[in-house]
Amino acid sequence: MTEASAVVRWRERMPLRVERTLEPSLTVRILVPIVSIILALLTGAILILVSGENPIAVYRAMARGAFGDRYGVAETLVKAIPLLLTGLGVAIAFRMQLWNIGAEGQLYLGAIFATGTALFLFPDWPAVPLITAMILAGLIGGAVWGLIPGVLRAWTGANETIVSLMLNYVAILFSEYLVHGPWKNPQGFGFPGTEQFPEAAWLPRYGTYRVHLGLVFGLVAAVVLWVILRRTRWGYELAVTGENPRAARYAGMRTRRNIILVMALSGALAGLAGMSEVAGVGHQLQRNLSPGYGYTAIIVAWLGRLHPAGIVLVSFLLAALLVGGDQLQMGMGLPAAVAPMLQGTILFFLLGGEVLTRWRLARR
Amino acid sequence: MSEVWTTDFLTAVLAAAIPAGTAILFACLGELLAERAGVLNLGVEGMMLMGALGGFAFCYWTDSAWIGAIGALAAGAAMATIHAVLTVSLRANQVVSGLALTLFGTGLSSYLGRNLVGKPAPDRFSDLAIPVLHEIPGLGRILFDQDALVYISFVLVPLLWLWVYRTRQGLELRAVGERPEAADAMGLSVTGLRYAYVIVGGALAGLGGAAISLGTNPGWTEGMTAGRGWIAVALVIFAGWNPARAALGAYLFGGVEAAQFRLQSIGIGVSPFFLNMLPYLFTILVLVLATGEAARRRIGAPAALGRPYLREERG
Amino acid sequence: MTQAEQPLAVELRGITKRFAGVVANDDVTFEARFGEVHALVGENGAGKSTLMSILAGLYRPDAGTIRVAGEVVTFRSPRDSIARGIGMVYQHFMLVEPFTVAENMLLGKEGQGTWLETAAIEREIDELGRRYGLAVDPRARIWQLSVGEQQRVEILRLLERGARILILDEPTAVLTPQESAGLIRTLRELAADGFSIIFISHKLDEVLAVADRVTVMRRGRVVASVEAAATTKHDLARLMVGRELASFVEHEGEAPREGTGPSPTTSAPVLELSGVGAMGDRGVPALTDVNLQVREGEILGIAGVAGNGQRELEQVVTGLRPVTTGTVRIAGRDVTNCSPAEISAAGVAHIPEDRLADGLIPSMDLTGNAILREYRRPPIARGPFLISQAIASFADRLLRDYDVKAPNRHVKVRTLSGGNQQKLLIGRELTGSPRLIVAVHPTRGVDVGATETIHAILRAQRARGAATLLISEDLDEILALSDRVAVLFGGRIVGDLPAAAATPDRLGLLMAGVTTQEAGAAVHD
Repeated sequence: MTEASAVVRWRERMPLRVERTLEPSLTVRILVPIVSIILALLTGAILILVSGENPIAVYRAMARGAFGDRYGVAETLVKAIPLLLTGLGVAIAFRMQLWNIGAEGQLYLGAIFATGTALFLFPDWPAVPLITAMILAGLIGGAVWGLIPGVLRAWTGANETIVSLMLNYVAILFSEYLVHGPWKNPQGFGFPGTEQFPEAAWLPRYGTYRVHLGLVFGLVAAVVLWVILRRTRWGYELAVTGENPRAARYAGMRTRRNIILVMALSGALAGLAGMSEVAGVGHQLQRNLSPGYGYTAIIVAWLGRLHPAGIVLVSFLLAALLVGGDQLQMGMGLPAAVAPMLQGTILFFLLGGEVLTRWRLARR
Repeated sequence: MSEVWTTDFLTAVLAAAIPAGTAILFACLGELLAERAGVLNLGVEGMMLMGALGGFAFCYWTDSAWIGAIGALAAGAAMATIHAVLTVSLRANQVVSGLALTLFGTGLSSYLGRNLVGKPAPDRFSDLAIPVLHEIPGLGRILFDQDALVYISFVLVPLLWLWVYRTRQGLELRAVGERPEAADAMGLSVTGLRYAYVIVGGALAGLGGAAISLGTNPGWTEGMTAGRGWIAVALVIFAGWNPARAALGAYLFGGVEAAQFRLQSIGIGVSPFFLNMLPYLFTILVLVLATGEAARRRIGAPAALGRPYLREERG
Repeated sequence: MTQAEQPLAVELRGITKRFAGVVANDDVTFEARFGEVHALVGENGAGKSTLMSILAGLYRPDAGTIRVAGEVVTFRSPRDSIARGIGMVYQHFMLVEPFTVAENMLLGKEGQGTWLETAAIEREIDELGRRYGLAVDPRARIWQLSVGEQQRVEILRLLERGARILILDEPTAVLTPQESAGLIRTLRELAADGFSIIFISHKLDEVLAVADRVTVMRRGRVVASVEAAATTKHDLARLMVGRELASFVEHEGEAPREGTGPSPTTSAPVLELSGVGAMGDRGVPALTDVNLQVREGEILGIAGVAGNGQRELEQVVTGLRPVTTGTVRIAGRDVTNCSPAEISAAGVAHIPEDRLADGLIPSMDLTGNAILREYRRPPIARGPFLISQAIASFADRLLRDYDVKAPNRHVKVRTLSGGNQQKLLIGRELTGSPRLIVAVHPTRGVDVGATETIHAILRAQRARGAATLLISEDLDEILALSDRVAVLFGGRIVGDLPAAAATPDRLGLLMAGVTTQEAGAAVHD
């Protein structure tokens, strides 16, 4: 007897089978993330207080950094772009219960491929074809890095969580190798990084701010993903496979093929994030390209309930948290790590909140 | 190139492999216990970081590495308690909760440790040569000229092996991970046992962190575990949930780490970035091989791993 | 000795238990004495298992008192119940599969030291086994044992823990008639030794054979408690369902076939298996040289004790398990080792054994479940896209045609009752008039009303000309529906009889591996 059927039989033994009758209502589903964020901020405040700082001052500095002026809002948008793209990528894999936590590495690979295209493959091309080529390169780079755990999971059953995570370290080390070694800018005064891209490879920006075309990539990707998930056969297959892989198999869905495709798509979106970071923000490949966008993406996806619209919203919120954290470091000399700490806490409350709601309702 | 194969070089690598592997070993044994009880905890990295920080902080305040080690155990256990509440009592998704724990631990340790970065360690676990035994040629230097945490791990591995396979408590542990319904019907507390093993597992991960911050790299820096927690998670699978094999795997990883430094020091021309990749690539390889083998032999994962247990489950 | 002189073993008074607002036990009063076998009967969902789980300490009642041997007790966990000498053999055994028999006996046993002491317990297992006819190898691992042997381990474990009150939840459901007879002998012996045996069942023949007294439950309440000698099967059946039931009359004479479809003996074969072999999950042969034909307008029933190749047969026919030897043909076309999608497209409907695990997506709404077979085809799909209006009208039609009772089509499938889930599944599978229906335990865990509907649907499909492969452990169901009955034993077809020749006795012998020729002399390996 397989594990899954054992569970079901164990449940079936219960007389008068009644499942959790009440689904949490829409209000509750929206309320839980909001309350989670509030409780997480309160918990964070306690931790900050205990460590001898004034939480109100800390939060005020963060909020001012993220929303205080047009520059802050623009910076928040800049950081929201990679979070949005990686969050969407992670979410589509999660939909199929594939725990791709390798968005970070996939982002790096996208950045590396795009950089190679801009600096070494077609450095003389004009803007439109060059940027198009870079987009493709970024998508492919990320997809390749997503395919590795996908293929291993589909054919050997190797746990994609750990494989994709290990590949993060490999990708980051590989990019370090490039910027310290063969791709290093000879005029870089010893700073590890490539040369600047030709201007044709720069993504257009909005006015004098750093917000760039990547924002459009992210919003378009969100819409496309929504259509795929809600309106296509393939999206339906993903949902069925994620909710009940055995039913998917019974219905003749090609699970292995879908695992590979989803992981490739998931990686491609993260790769696009990497491309838009190098082409839109840095205009070169450099060390510490990402402050962990790929990990934050996991929270973006979960907090956004794996729904494209939710992910758009949450990526802006968490970007604000990151910008606020940076401001903290610059303004108050506190580590920017307040941001991941708060992210983890939000996730704890969200997980607890979700289950508590369902449980209370079931008992009534 | 011939330098690599001298006895002296190999002895040096093996002697360094053991302390390097010990941090991973503690974390791996902890995760092994939690998984045997049916709870997957992907928060090992976060718990190790908190352990590394807690260990160093307590040592810094009290000038005693031993009190530091106790602090590390407590920090790891406290972190694991969060995971236990969420996954055992509230039956939250174990994967997401574990990831949250890693994020939280990474952030919290870096925030709380901001004033300890770069501070000198007042005490550490330094090598204690065991009289007589350490004079055995080769072996003596590898096994009997190590720090106290290493000796503790030498004792812990056989003890845990006996615990899991030869004691009543081990039988209960395995039953809870294999078939919680059966354990429950036999009057065992599934919740209690899962809490206990998740928390003990966290304490061991914390101790693993201290093995770095008070042992191999005394001091505190952000993210100093550098992914060892994840390697520990992968190793549990490689070890087939067996403590003895976990030790073997951990020392293998320690060996890769140690060999890397030594190869560099004798000027073998491989880019350090590629050498650094080796443990991660090796983990993937191990995972692929171990998964295939496990599937063939039907040994392996506790049947209820990752599955919450609820007696009056209605849906 | 009359049972009335024996002291009361358990006394449950006014027991009420609700789950998420649904009353599973409603003011139930129940008594059992030492020295008697007391049967507790009722339909699925009547509340028998809940009541006994309360007695075993697994659930806590919302109201009511429990007395054991005259004393009021409160059970906080199974441990408390075990301490009072109560032991339960669950329908799904509470054994840890990778453990040995001895290790399972040691699990949770009081008064042990830290080290596992297997030698002593192994001796004890041998001793108890000899005394009550429950022999089993103490060093064998559970997964190596037959279902009957696993059940013995469960009973031995209770005896070893000093249980005086044994509760058995549908113990014969998984046994051959011969194994059941052995179990019944053991239970009578235990009762004679002064044990109190509570026997949950819905098989009335068996109940009358083993029990001294019978308590009948219906919809969470006790409706009668009678001496077994003073009642009949017919009376009990009426008490259980609260009305006369056609199916109880049916297999006592009336021919099962009433359709007017093509005559199955002359019509074309839809499913043909020749020389089919397949491996089980453990990599040992699970099917060997299986030859079968199902014709248009025919229902072929597959009888057999669980684990004799039924699951593998189902999966081989539906493309979920590779065939190692032989061929599978559907409507003359060779579909050996075709994918499930290709086989489905060839006109095969599949009603799997475990509907929530395999057939439905419990966390999706009704529409998502309804289109699982049709989502690739127009009008539901146009190119790669799904058409919402087409989905809605398709789902609504399905719910109406197959009498699926649901508030609307957006509720999650897991909120439906078992019967409505099954009707939804069957309706979906029968869309597009399949040539072949593979139905596995189609009425398991389904209430009486839905069972009748489902049987009527299957008969209507036969009348339409569909071929049906009906795999069931419920002999009554097989006898009520089938035109022919084949018996699986040890992965082989050991008998293929027309319905008229398939008497329960004859099938029972075949199910136990006694071939027709051997006539009970030799036992098949």
